[in-house]
Amino acid sequence: MSLNYYQLFDLQPTFNIVLATLETNYRKIQSESHPDRFVTATSAEKLKSMQLATLANEAYQTLKNPASRAQYLLELNGINAISESNTSMPADFLMQQMEWRETLEDASMAKNVSALEVLFDEMRAEAKNLQIDLNRLFDEKKDYVHACETTRKLIFIDKVCADIQHAIERLD
Amino acid sequence: MALLQISEPGQSAAPHQHKLAIGIDLGTTNSLVATVKSGMATVLQDEHGHALLPSVVRYMPDGSVVVGHEAQAQQSHDPANTIASAKRFMGRSLKDIADRAHIPYSFVDSADSSKLLQLQTRAGLKTPVEISADILKTLKARAEKSLGVDGGRGELLGAVITVPAYFDDAQRQATKDAARLAGLNVLRLLNEPTAAAVAYGLDNAAEGTFVIYDLGGGTFDVSILKLTKGVFEVLATNGDSALGGDDFDHRIYCWILDKIRESNSDFTPLGEQDTRLLLTKARQAKEWLTDNHEAQIVCRLSNGSLVDVTLSATQFVELTQQLVLKTLSPTRKAMRDANLTLEEIKGVVLVGGATRMPQVRQAVEDYFKQTPLTNLDPDKVVALGAAIQANALVGNRSDNDLLLLDVTPLSLGLETMGGLVEKIIPRNSTLPVARAQDFTTYKNGQTAMSIQVVQGERELVADCRSLARFELRGIPAMAAGAARIRVTFQVDADGLLSVSAREQTTSIEAHVVVKPSYGLSEDEITQMLKSSFGSAEADKKARMLAEARVNAGAIISAVTIALSHDGDLITAEEKLAIEAEIGALQTLSLSDDAVAINKGVDKLNHATEAFAAARMNASVSRALSGKNLDSINL
Repeated sequence: MSLNYYQLFDLQPTFNIVLATLETNYRKIQSESHPDRFVTATSAEKLKSMQLATLANEAYQTLKNPASRAQYLLELNGINAISESNTSMPADFLMQQMEWRETLEDASMAKNVSALEVLFDEMRAEAKNLQIDLNRLFDEKKDYVHACETTRKLIFIDKVCADIQHAIERLD
Repeated sequence: MALLQISEPGQSAAPHQHKLAIGIDLGTTNSLVATVKSGMATVLQDEHGHALLPSVVRYMPDGSVVVGHEAQAQQSHDPANTIASAKRFMGRSLKDIADRAHIPYSFVDSADSSKLLQLQTRAGLKTPVEISADILKTLKARAEKSLGVDGGRGELLGAVITVPAYFDDAQRQATKDAARLAGLNVLRLLNEPTAAAVAYGLDNAAEGTFVIYDLGGGTFDVSILKLTKGVFEVLATNGDSALGGDDFDHRIYCWILDKIRESNSDFTPLGEQDTRLLLTKARQAKEWLTDNHEAQIVCRLSNGSLVDVTLSATQFVELTQQLVLKTLSPTRKAMRDANLTLEEIKGVVLVGGATRMPQVRQAVEDYFKQTPLTNLDPDKVVALGAAIQANALVGNRSDNDLLLLDVTPLSLGLETMGGLVEKIIPRNSTLPVARAQDFTTYKNGQTAMSIQVVQGERELVADCRSLARFELRGIPAMAAGAARIRVTFQVDADGLLSVSAREQTTSIEAHVVVKPSYGLSEDEITQMLKSSFGSAEADKKARMLAEARVNAGAIISAVTIALSHDGDLITAEEKLAIEAEIGALQTLSLSDDAVAINKGVDKLNHATEAFAAARMNASVSRALSGKNLDSINL
């Protein structure tokens, strides 16, 4: 059996994690495994170094970002948050989604960067709220069914954020 | 012939010997070489006391090559054979060069405009890679002389060579090829702003989030780094690999042309010599305007007419306003990618000679709302950082606390249906990074597929740079959609891509045919190496043998040291097997058979695979205070 990302960084498998510990342990692993440490080593060691440093980067990014962390935690509990059979979403959130999308399109059409920035901040605040919900659902209630729904909302919001960034970039 | 000195197994050859390594800033306008001497990073000077080597190469009628100031002085007299700013053409094809008309070189038209470009000189066709190799050779010779390499004070282990952070895969590969042609072992390609951050950060014991604004002769980079206790973590990078001080010269040049046209109605287009002359005058005027209100530009053209114009600082600022603004767009992008506000930036470090221009400093200050840091020489800071990194890479730093975590500047993607790009590795991913993507077949019995890899941020394949087209062959014939081909993209610490593929259902390793759409083929490099080393077959053989022996010596020493430290991680039997391979390779090294020595190196490498994994796990376990990582599935 191979170690999961939490075990790799010596962390408990919870949604709420101490980011400073994650960062410290990530750096400890990189300090030992980064290819820069193996420039004059044998090719066997270079290969191992590349593999471990790559794994550490992947694991670190997954746990650092709340949406991918939630998705990964669900996966550890046998739930695929983004599978095709897992698409149900509450009606009010669907309505909300459409409004955000419309605001994004209108602001892009009007080349209104500040409106896009306002929307971006709104989405970030919304994401913060969802993270608080996830703390409760994952770590207190262990309610993975609702955690899954909330995770999908968070993934969706991340996507809108990326699209807003993209729209701002195009106008810049 | 000198015999190789080999120490007893279990003892390192020379425990406290300082290993020689250099850092090279291969710039568009100037290049430098630096090293760490008694703990201090120092730029090495030539015999005239010059630190900066102008990146200008002149091919002489007698077949010799002149690099640096002497070549630069002849630029106007012999423009077609005196190449400056070759870095701008690295990894580029003719179709990438926007304003050929203003560049005084004879580009060779090739039937295929996507082929790497070549320049016609009296020394024959030259690629930018070969021209850069000539610059690197000069720097290498300077370093070897200064470090006393041939005087018995050890040998040069290798070099860290800096590249603009925004260089793509083709440009990085071209730089590595140039080093190889120059006979330099590349320890690492290091991003210029990261190198500058290392030099600045260590010098000032800086902690916090810093922006490196690096406007060089031909390239612009902006990187945002978090500095914590010797760890330099790049949060985001952006830039423009075709924007630099050269463009400011060019604006002045165009302005001079306009002035000439105004005063002379029967104006004829300029020849190569006059173009080069005016570009030189433009550069001098730009530099003069850093400390003065106006610059007088006086010169005589080849037709005898006199140019005498005066450019004011205010006019210069107006002429170049767009160029300065062009640097702010990547800066904003990097800030957004790093998800930072201006208040979170602790300092902005200016790098590159072009940041001496007052209007550039002002623009940076206006945007970041703080005075930029200029207490390091903007010309030298990159080379110094590279030297510090080189010194650490060869193991001279005992504290082991310097760690650079850099990122990939551009997204990597694949061509999908309809010429769209599917992003595989997003920009600003920390290196090394790997991503796997599964593919399947479209038709029954399909046994091959073609995959195009592109680099860039745009949605259409046509707007991105094509890196390579891979053909996967040997896929077992199955029904359409049944095969599962997993293609893995790995970007290494140099920012270079490699690809491997495997059919999942049968676990047949699909054969990957790499057809790079850029770069030099292995044959071309061998050909160039051959011609640059006098082409004699005996020379080539001697060189191969010397290289094989150096490699053998290096691996024997690495494994011997590893065994003495961590020999208890493996069984006595495994240890004996490794020692047997060491003995065999030591014997082989005494022979004159390069091929046999290389085979011995491969065998020793193979014998140490399990040992390498055990050491890696042990060292990470130690770092995480005793956590057992034996079960990491690598």
